[in-house]
Amino acid sequence: MIDLKFTVNGEKVTLKVPGAKRLLDVLREDLGLLSVKEGCSKGECGACSVIFNGKVVNSCMVLACQADGSEVTTLEGLSKDGHLDPLQEAFIQTGAVQCGFCTPGFIVAGRALLNRNPHPSDEEIKDGLSGNLCRCTGYQKIVTAVKLATEKDGSDV
Amino acid sequence: MGQSVPRVDARAKVLGKGVFAADLFFPRMLYARVIRSSRPHATLTRIDLDAARKTPGVYAVLTAEDIPGRNEIHVVFNDQPFLAPGRVRYVGEPIAVLAAETPEIAEEAVAKVVVEYEDLPALFDPLKARGHSEIHLFGTNNIYKHLKVRRGNVEEGFARSDIIIENTYRTPYQEHAYLEPQGMVAVPRPNGLMEVYGSMQCPFYVQEGVATVLGLPLSQVRVIQTATGGAFGGKEDVPTLVGVQAAILAQKTGRPVKLIYSRDEDIISMSKRHPGIIRYKSGAKKDGTLQAIEVEYILDSGAYATLSPVVLWRGTVHAGGPYRIPNVKVDSYAVATNKVPAGAFRGFGSPQILFAAESQMDELARALGLDPAEIREKNLLRLNDETITGQKLSFSVGNIEAFHKALDKSNYFEKKKQPKDTRSPIRKGIGLSTVYYGVGLGAGGVHLARTGAYVQILADSSVQFAVGTTEMGQGMATVLTQIVADELGLPVESVYILETDTSRIPDSGPTVASRATTMSGNALKDACAQLRKPLKQAAADLLGLAPDSIRLKDGWAFDAAHSEKRIPMRDVIAECFRRRENMAAAGFFRSPEVSWDDETGQGNAYVTFAYATNVAEVEVDTETGAVRVVRITAAHDVGKAINPQLVTGQIEGGTVQGMGYALTEEIVTKDGVIQNPHFSTYIIPTIKEAPEIDPIIVEAPYPNGPNGAKGFAEQPLMGIAPAIANAVADAVGIRINELPLKPERVWRALRENETKTAL
Repeated sequence: MIDLKFTVNGEKVTLKVPGAKRLLDVLREDLGLLSVKEGCSKGECGACSVIFNGKVVNSCMVLACQADGSEVTTLEGLSKDGHLDPLQEAFIQTGAVQCGFCTPGFIVAGRALLNRNPHPSDEEIKDGLSGNLCRCTGYQKIVTAVKLATEKDGSDV
Repeated sequence: MGQSVPRVDARAKVLGKGVFAADLFFPRMLYARVIRSSRPHATLTRIDLDAARKTPGVYAVLTAEDIPGRNEIHVVFNDQPFLAPGRVRYVGEPIAVLAAETPEIAEEAVAKVVVEYEDLPALFDPLKARGHSEIHLFGTNNIYKHLKVRRGNVEEGFARSDIIIENTYRTPYQEHAYLEPQGMVAVPRPNGLMEVYGSMQCPFYVQEGVATVLGLPLSQVRVIQTATGGAFGGKEDVPTLVGVQAAILAQKTGRPVKLIYSRDEDIISMSKRHPGIIRYKSGAKKDGTLQAIEVEYILDSGAYATLSPVVLWRGTVHAGGPYRIPNVKVDSYAVATNKVPAGAFRGFGSPQILFAAESQMDELARALGLDPAEIREKNLLRLNDETITGQKLSFSVGNIEAFHKALDKSNYFEKKKQPKDTRSPIRKGIGLSTVYYGVGLGAGGVHLARTGAYVQILADSSVQFAVGTTEMGQGMATVLTQIVADELGLPVESVYILETDTSRIPDSGPTVASRATTMSGNALKDACAQLRKPLKQAAADLLGLAPDSIRLKDGWAFDAAHSEKRIPMRDVIAECFRRRENMAAAGFFRSPEVSWDDETGQGNAYVTFAYATNVAEVEVDTETGAVRVVRITAAHDVGKAINPQLVTGQIEGGTVQGMGYALTEEIVTKDGVIQNPHFSTYIIPTIKEAPEIDPIIVEAPYPNGPNGAKGFAEQPLMGIAPAIANAVADAVGIRINELPLKPERVWRALRENETKTAL
């Protein structure tokens, strides 16, 4: 067991967990952050994407001991007091959501992309989201959603 | 109606608040695992469970001997056991199940189970399995089902033909790759009820399976669908296995049991699209008029029949494509092999045969010096034509309109005229396909073609409703909400859909065959019609009019002749409550009659058809064999688009799945063992490969559909592989008869062609 101290969605958290526990399980089981989805357990689908020290990672590939001292943002951290992130609004408006299982990972990856590049080209959007699989939408409406969000995006998200 | 209102489940889903099976937690919940066969065909000589049972934290380990009810999973036949009773027939077949305190303990206990086998000779090739003299997996010939179509006289048809083209086509296993793996949670209630929650298309199938295996009456099994993270047919029959696996352990331990499959377990053991072998002979006159087709269609169906007889049936009915063909002979076989059972997958037996049928059309055109569009236009089914099963199309035929719109919008003829740049290693090509889709279960599943619905108006004018079909991402919940709102004259925002629950609605059959909108939509219309009577009476009395002259729309009841004479619906509803009217109604719908003759394969197979034309534009790298799809123009006749954004969502998603089927997706087996059960080895399209898609909606209203709508959401996948294959053939002048068109296959075909040309 290790003492895991890290910041999740802006809040400081201290937990006692097995050091080899996956960040995915810490987030889901210990912190109840159920937006983080498990689709493949091998870092291949992106459903468990979180922003980890500013970068998108598959949380199934990060161990608790690696997360110590880190800053983690999950989908739950993007909306505040019922106000949606412009990306969340855009996903609704453009019909970029179907089954919704991959959606949290896409929005998190999209947010990380827009944080470092507020006005990405289509190619940059596709590069930024290429680690996330979606089987329902055919991706076209997801690209449209990210583009729409760049138009709506506030500067302080 | 006809408006792209946002999905009713979108807000919850963008907030990550969709509750999927894995998100459910119950007090004292145990975690289940399945012990599976590592052999394709073997007798079980010893199963040693002692060490697993003695592991601290393990609460139950069960085999076929511990089944209280019948060891049987009914799909079409009853040949599939729930747990292997002494003999296994495919790698991944369940032998035992166990439940433990934590997932880790469960995993540890699985490793302690010892299974000893005596191998039996196995069959992996359906051509060898069919009629095998010694190895009998099903009956005496290993054929689950043989279907026929006999129309006209094919000998005469070929004799009259100026050109005959004959080819054999092969298609691979395709994996659904829904992002959410299979998962169920079973919760035993103190009153004896077994509740099962999970990811599924067909709760009534799960209910039947749980009752059969656990030895319970149907009345003591309640199945509730959770948010379902994609399905595509892959959560039609197989979730029954998952649900029973959880439920039998819950019954034994008296505790809630959760079972979530890992990705590789899911790919190894769950259903797939059948590999197909299609021998296809086509004859036409010089002007392109089709004279005859003769088809042999073989589906590698795996170790149990599951849905194969009906998958084969749909494929057989669709064997000719959307064309007038006077002489037809089709023989189709679903054949048993020692592989994981194949089952339902978007298109349901038709994508395989349409790949062949649509490749044949291009080959006929090439041999006759016609454009592929020209030969299709000559033969396309039009109003009052007959399909190959002799079904007269007397309404809702959007075939020609979809065809012309796809050609116009894609600038097909313009692009065809452009000369090929043969200096560049990158060759451009354009190809098309025309397909049709029999809506609903048709004569292959007529006993299931009914649905129930429940609608309740509450005192504050909000509405709850429930149906027996399921939302799996396709958008059913939103479309049905729009229908209920429209029928009751209330805003969409005031209508709320409840989760699908077998205890709330009578058995409504499966959510398959693109039937949810038409079937549940009609059942809801029935329920709403009952509620409109007291509403109109109350409105009429309040307005001093006759009930017949009242219209209900957008929150108002008004005089149809003088719309300014109106009253808010909330006042009308309040009046109904004052009058103690029944504001709850059960609706029901039976689909119109269909027919089928097993000997001739003739009959009115489906209630109606949807139609589509796809134009694919590709670039083939002749140095690497890589195919890039640049653009797909996809025109679909959907009857009526109740929500156009959801319709284009279905077109785009199905198109990209079809592109995966065309280019990269292929489950590889070796001696019955799946070699690529991961997303790193089973390659589905990512956002980087997704082409530009131009979806076009065509509306030829279906008189028996809600507001003219007909089901179509499988169709977007069905014609993509042949359109791409035809575009590749256009680009490089080579026909490849086997999917997927992976780079190594295209590269090899190019090199072989060079060698041939050099000789």
